[in-house]
Amino acid sequence: MIFAVPVFPGSNCDHDMVNALRDVLHAQADLVPATTSDLTAYDAVILPGGFSYGDYLRSGAIARFAPVMTAVQAFAAAGKPVMGICNGFQILTEAGLLPGALQANRSAKFICQTSELVVRNSQTQFTTTYTENQHIQLPIAHGEGNYYCDDATLAELQAHHQIVFEYVDNPNGSVANIAGIINRAGNVLGMMPHPERAVEAILGSTDGLGLFKSLLANQGREVTHA
Amino acid sequence: MLKNPELSPEALRDTQAYREWGLTDAEYQLLTDEVLGRLPNYTEAGLFSGMWSEHCSYKNSKPVLKKFWTQGEQVLEGPGEGAGIIDIGDGQAVVFKAESHNHPSAVEPYEGAATGVGGIIRDIFSMGARPIALLDSLRFGEPEDTHTKYLISQVVAGIGGYGNCIGIPTIGGDTVFDASYQKNPLVNAMCVGILDQADIQKGQATGIGNSVIYVGAKTGRDGINGASFASAEFNDAKASQRSAVQVGDPFMEKLLMEACLEVIHDHRDVLIGIQDMGAAGLVSSSAEMASKAGSGLELNLDLVPQRESGMTPFELMLSESQERMLLCVKAGAEDEIYAVFEKYGLDAVTIGKVTTGHQYQLFHHQELVADVPVDALATKAPVYQREKKRPTRLNKQSHHQFMPRLVDATGTLKKMLQQPTIASKKAIFETYDAQVQTNTVVKPGSDAGVIRIRHTDKALAVTTDVNGRYLYLNPRVGGEIAVAEAARNIVASGGLPLGITDCLNYGNPEKPEQFYDLDESAQGIARACQLFNTPVISGNVSLNNESNGEAIYPTPMIGMVGLIKHQRDITTQDFKHAGDAVYVLGSTGADFNGSEIQKMLTGKISGELFDFDLVTENQNQRLLLRAIQKGLVASAHDVSEGGLITTIAESCFGQGFGVKLTSELPSMNFFAETQSRFVISVTPDKQAAFANLMEPYATYLGTTTADDQLFVQTADQAFDIKVSFAKQLWEGALPCLLK
Repeated sequence: MIFAVPVFPGSNCDHDMVNALRDVLHAQADLVPATTSDLTAYDAVILPGGFSYGDYLRSGAIARFAPVMTAVQAFAAAGKPVMGICNGFQILTEAGLLPGALQANRSAKFICQTSELVVRNSQTQFTTTYTENQHIQLPIAHGEGNYYCDDATLAELQAHHQIVFEYVDNPNGSVANIAGIINRAGNVLGMMPHPERAVEAILGSTDGLGLFKSLLANQGREVTHA
Repeated sequence: MLKNPELSPEALRDTQAYREWGLTDAEYQLLTDEVLGRLPNYTEAGLFSGMWSEHCSYKNSKPVLKKFWTQGEQVLEGPGEGAGIIDIGDGQAVVFKAESHNHPSAVEPYEGAATGVGGIIRDIFSMGARPIALLDSLRFGEPEDTHTKYLISQVVAGIGGYGNCIGIPTIGGDTVFDASYQKNPLVNAMCVGILDQADIQKGQATGIGNSVIYVGAKTGRDGINGASFASAEFNDAKASQRSAVQVGDPFMEKLLMEACLEVIHDHRDVLIGIQDMGAAGLVSSSAEMASKAGSGLELNLDLVPQRESGMTPFELMLSESQERMLLCVKAGAEDEIYAVFEKYGLDAVTIGKVTTGHQYQLFHHQELVADVPVDALATKAPVYQREKKRPTRLNKQSHHQFMPRLVDATGTLKKMLQQPTIASKKAIFETYDAQVQTNTVVKPGSDAGVIRIRHTDKALAVTTDVNGRYLYLNPRVGGEIAVAEAARNIVASGGLPLGITDCLNYGNPEKPEQFYDLDESAQGIARACQLFNTPVISGNVSLNNESNGEAIYPTPMIGMVGLIKHQRDITTQDFKHAGDAVYVLGSTGADFNGSEIQKMLTGKISGELFDFDLVTENQNQRLLLRAIQKGLVASAHDVSEGGLITTIAESCFGQGFGVKLTSELPSMNFFAETQSRFVISVTPDKQAAFANLMEPYATYLGTTTADDQLFVQTADQAFDIKVSFAKQLWEGALPCLLK
């Protein structure tokens, strides 16, 4: 499996993601510039965290217009796996690949801490190495991670088991404690917590490994997305 | 500009308008009579006002800085370049420096703090290093004050806003509250970088005909003559000088950093020198680069990228617009460099060239607007040996140690844990990204931040420290203690101290009593550095930290870096298991003058500072480091403000273990701030070996427990409190105060 990690001007977790994939998971991973318009050579795309284009207008609002996002749209439409972490999640919602939006944290402050999550759906191709309702510890680091969607969208997300991760102790005001969601088709995942920061014991947690291991294990397999 | 017509050389002389820029009459005379042999024009006088400011020239502090110890076989680059460099083996080196942004932060706290961070980052990557960590040492007034609350929230937001966006983890720092800093807060930022020794860069412009290339953000009218502003005494009237404060753009700096590092790594054959445009902007960077190389320089100011129209040479040269760098590149290789910056969407323009001779010449609208000797700007500022007089406050000191009378030990502990300086700073550091770059092993809140060096078994421990109260009571010993405590933090984390940077924050050096503080404490710092083998490799001086005539406590912030040779030696302050033996290394006296408990109980600090012995300090540090390297230590925490009981409580808080301890000391001594001590826990299987090594310097106190109770039986009464409750008080105090 070859991963593409698009680099937007202002991305700052791009190298962390590639280091996790290469050094820890021994997977093949490339940094690709935001000007790339073709991702067909890749098996999975991970949009990294950071402050794309300074996040000056609104997080992810400018990045969605980068050429690489047209390629990501096509990649997702072809059913291939796309993951957005932190700023990557914000970009995915701005691009309309995931519903809802990420607002400023309830405290109006940036929050960096370890948060406890519950895996609500372990039947996605990103989460099969976890068990249903497993508690995991992942770092969060964001100023705009307060997930919002309207009631109808929330009902949809719930009805189709699209809420993948929930916070145990909601740090940012997210609707329904949402930390991560997946699209209806089950191939686009967005989450605010950083799994790439939790892949080595020396850094405090290895609970993030499960996401990448799931993706690698499920390559080419049909995962029933309940 | 019509609104502000530039004075003629004669009018400048007659009106003495140069005084507003911080040039004294004597300095103006020197410039006229000896340097130029003629009257300087408006632009030229402006250039000298910036370059001869304390911030750029160290004219008041040079005689003091000479006393610092800067040697040591590990030093690859001492003070003088953008930042100092220390060898860490395997062809790698660590680069670090700290810088103050006190006055800008007092006036415009968000941008003042943000650009302080931005500036220090540029210093690091201009040396060729990738920045890997940030720390911030902050001093504010008492947080009950409304304006102080505003300053804290904005400074903290500014630091986070910059560091989080650019993607450099903030892994430590320290925050202290004291009325002494009420009107003159201190914002000192430190940056650490790492590089391969082959990539070391210098800020120099050599080779006649080589190009001077301006890269990064455009120049605007922000921060004009900020170096002079920062070097002047502060008063209420100055509070309106917000135009002297720069505005930061971390996104721009992220692009600039990546582009510069790419040039350094991939185009080193054509890159001659690179320097940050910091204080005194374009003039300082270009004059320093030429002066260091013994070259002349010629710049065409019409080519400088500008974001406002009608800027004068004075404004262009003295603007402190952020996120700009100056490169010297081999003639003919300009296009190769442009291409790199274009990839990042950044301006890169050749604005001048290295010339024969030693003149610094500026052209604007085809006119020669400045023509002065390069060295006069960069190295010939006058140096002042200021007068020194022992302050009255020291002559009047009482020789008696304050003795706190404890009726209720546990109640006193509760109160102590809620003192703003003692209370948890989580509310502050949780707003900083501490983990980006995924190398952070020990996050803020421990004695030192620790980052591993990827693909090696090594790690770096980094800390900032200084207790201005000790220096106020005894500047020399306080200076020694500042270095000692920083080293104690490094050692408690498992590191060998390597070197320091500093921000020397003091009052007005023209006042003999203030200069005494600066000079005495520098000697204390120098002595301690020599003993610990931690040379000073970089730093900055911030004088005139006074508000309406009142100086801050002498506050030489010490930023120290240590090397942890093996990652298994990384040690944290938290107790790790129930049933571990708890020891205190070092003896405890009745040392209370200048302590937190004296402040808490009497509202102020006073009296002669307690005794301190550097040799004992060094011996205890070496002992602990040896025990850690032998694998005998489960946790180690340095004893500092708030004394032994506060240290023990903090070690309980991390993972929620209790303790059951007994001591022959009276309860009051548990708040003493005797130096050279650590609280250490040891697993039972290592206890015999540990005790053997530490004999007779460590004292056994008891064990850690699985229950949620901190219990310490002293000679007169017991400290007895639930750990979870104590932690709640400790963590809740600051958010409550800052509301």
